[in-house]
Amino acid sequence: MSVTTIADTARFSPVGRSNAVIKLLGALLITAVLVVSADPVTSGIALLGQLLLLSAAGQKPLRLLLTLWPITVAALISGWGTAMLSPEGGTVLLNLGWITVTTGSLAAGAAIALRGLAIALPGITVLLTTDPTDLADGLAQTLRLPERFVLASLAALRLVEVMVKEWSVLASARRARGAGNDRGPVGMAKEFGGQAFTLLVQSLRRATRLAMTMEARGFGAGKRTWARVPRYGRVDLYTGGAAVLIAVSALSVSVLLGTHRFIWQ
Amino acid sequence: MTSHVAVDQRGAEVVLTEFGWHYPGREQPSLNSVSAHIRPGERVLLLGPSGAGKSTLLHAMAGVEQDPDGESRSGELTVNGVDPRDARGAVGFMHQDPETQVILARVGDDVAFGLENLAVPREQIWARVGAALAEVGLDLPLDHSTTELSGGQKQRLALAGTMAMRPQLLLLDEPTASVGEQGAAELRDAVERAVAQSGTTMIVVEHRVGLWESVVDRVIVLNDDGRVAFDGPTREVLGDARELLQRQGTWVPNWTPRTMAPPARDEQATPLLEARGLAVSRTQPGSRTVARRRRRERKAWAKGTPTQADIYRNENVIPAAADIDLSVRAGQALAITGENGAGKSTLALTLAGLLLPCAGTVHATKALAGDAPADPSLWEGTELITRIGSVFQHPEHQFLCSTVRAELEYGPHQAARRGAGPGVDEERIESLLARLGLGGIADANPFTLSGGQKRRLSVATVLASAPDVLILDEPTFGQDAQTWRELVDMLVEELERGTAVVAVTHDRELITALNAVELRLGA
Repeated sequence: MSVTTIADTARFSPVGRSNAVIKLLGALLITAVLVVSADPVTSGIALLGQLLLLSAAGQKPLRLLLTLWPITVAALISGWGTAMLSPEGGTVLLNLGWITVTTGSLAAGAAIALRGLAIALPGITVLLTTDPTDLADGLAQTLRLPERFVLASLAALRLVEVMVKEWSVLASARRARGAGNDRGPVGMAKEFGGQAFTLLVQSLRRATRLAMTMEARGFGAGKRTWARVPRYGRVDLYTGGAAVLIAVSALSVSVLLGTHRFIWQ
Repeated sequence: MTSHVAVDQRGAEVVLTEFGWHYPGREQPSLNSVSAHIRPGERVLLLGPSGAGKSTLLHAMAGVEQDPDGESRSGELTVNGVDPRDARGAVGFMHQDPETQVILARVGDDVAFGLENLAVPREQIWARVGAALAEVGLDLPLDHSTTELSGGQKQRLALAGTMAMRPQLLLLDEPTASVGEQGAAELRDAVERAVAQSGTTMIVVEHRVGLWESVVDRVIVLNDDGRVAFDGPTREVLGDARELLQRQGTWVPNWTPRTMAPPARDEQATPLLEARGLAVSRTQPGSRTVARRRRRERKAWAKGTPTQADIYRNENVIPAAADIDLSVRAGQALAITGENGAGKSTLALTLAGLLLPCAGTVHATKALAGDAPADPSLWEGTELITRIGSVFQHPEHQFLCSTVRAELEYGPHQAARRGAGPGVDEERIESLLARLGLGGIADANPFTLSGGQKRRLSVATVLASAPDVLILDEPTFGQDAQTWRELVDMLVEELERGTAVVAVTHDRELITALNAVELRLGA
């Protein structure tokens, strides 16, 4: 299962149908709470809440974590690293001379891994379940961000796909010229640089032409109207409410248990 | 401001008075005291040699041309009596690159974009979007992805987006240059319908006269120095200016430039490259897997152990083309033809050893492979360029150096460094420069050349390594008649020399001029 097929099913789920702005604000709220909190209880509850929300929305959270394995692995590795190096006390579980793993350091490691996952997940959920056009509409019309900037970014985003395709064409075009023979880091870096330079030149030209197209279609001439209206409905109430619930409950449970710790404490 | 423009008038009036354009730092002006009066509803075909300022003129009329120092412009140009820069919305403009004419991800949103910018009330937008899509014959749902459209469809989408804005002047800058033959005819028909319905004034720049002859009622021909050479009714000008147009490299109807005679067909000529039961696909293993396979297979080949190349094949891939058997023979031309999406380019890349087959084999005979393995996909870059030269569709993808001369020397230099060639043959380089008319610009940066010069250079860079097989992807696509003739002569000379030429092409004239055997895919 690739990321795109996940994205396809995700867009039709209740979370996917929610308004982009609501999702973005909800994700920002959860992330903000997690960024300032350093304890494992807050991250654990927030992560659990998000996974519950995702499965209620018809997603398979474990499969999502598997598909996005680089992030999962990164979280696990940083947790492992912390467990190895953390100086905290507790029962000694493993002693290899210079590495000592204790219950305390293990807990610190788990906290780091949980926190990493819990912080990454809201953003990924928004990315996977949101159509860029809808997000742009919301940003410009609801949040009143500068429309020129939002629309230009949206148009540029489309060209990223073109660039990805061009990269592989460039690789064979250059091999056909006999480039890329040099093994070793210097030769490879040089070849990569050359290919990247050509891509850059092409991209700049493309950007110029796209700007010309947009100008010819009256972009930036003055006040504009919008063909699409961002819609808000019952499903947004649920999604927004769920996000607030996750953020508030993670924070309050941790505070009540006396485990909560701010990042600066 | 747009309020100056009379809204009830359907087509715009364009008046050029001694209009000129001289870019800073250029010796010659691009446009030189051009005067013309284009009446409302007139349809004009603008012709001239490449570099004569046709695009500059269209850009100026669209109000999108940048005047870097404020002094490039001279004389006067008005659309409906006002400066075009103040008549935005009254002027619609299309250029030749389909990829950058699409702005948004969904078909409906893309057409609506211009209407939003003109501040058309939301209630009216979707009706106008639907009407514009119907007019250009794009029968697609509004939420259809724009990425999935073909080049021709993208151009028609751009036309819909432009016509929805109800321009009074429609400017088309080589709209069919990147579109196949059928797509070009469909686009032309869509333009004709749209313009007839709206009474819009239209000016089109194109070098395929035959395509637009029936649509336009006036032809303006520019000279080398950016002056008007002919201006009048279509039939009259096409008759009077025929010789000038041919010299300028314009494709006038019923004419093919005269080229050198190709060698006779010879089915007994030495085979160089053979494909058996070949199936090809763009879906390939990752680049690391391919490199690892290459190393492992090379080792096995050096030891003389049998090849295991098949283990990397993916059975689940749907091939772009399958069951292909062909022979590429020395001194003979092979043309690969077929509809868009029939897998022609993919086949060319696979023959060139740049993609792995998904079934069957590509086999280089002893005459071609020499002391290298028989599977071209195992060759090192330097082994490849002295055996098979591949010319890609976009010349710029293959430029590696900062001057024309360095570009030509690159291949031989690489080969010599790795002991696979005799080194840079200055005589061959000089003769290539001379043959291609690139001698005067040997120190120019390849990226700054004109379209035709880039195409000739991209072929020459490959010829510099003297490959035995030359594989070209749409070499004549979008080229003017002048470049076309030079390309064909160059390829015929290579055939005479015993080089095999394989061309992916839509161009019937090229197939005839090379006396090529045709392999039609998807038939």
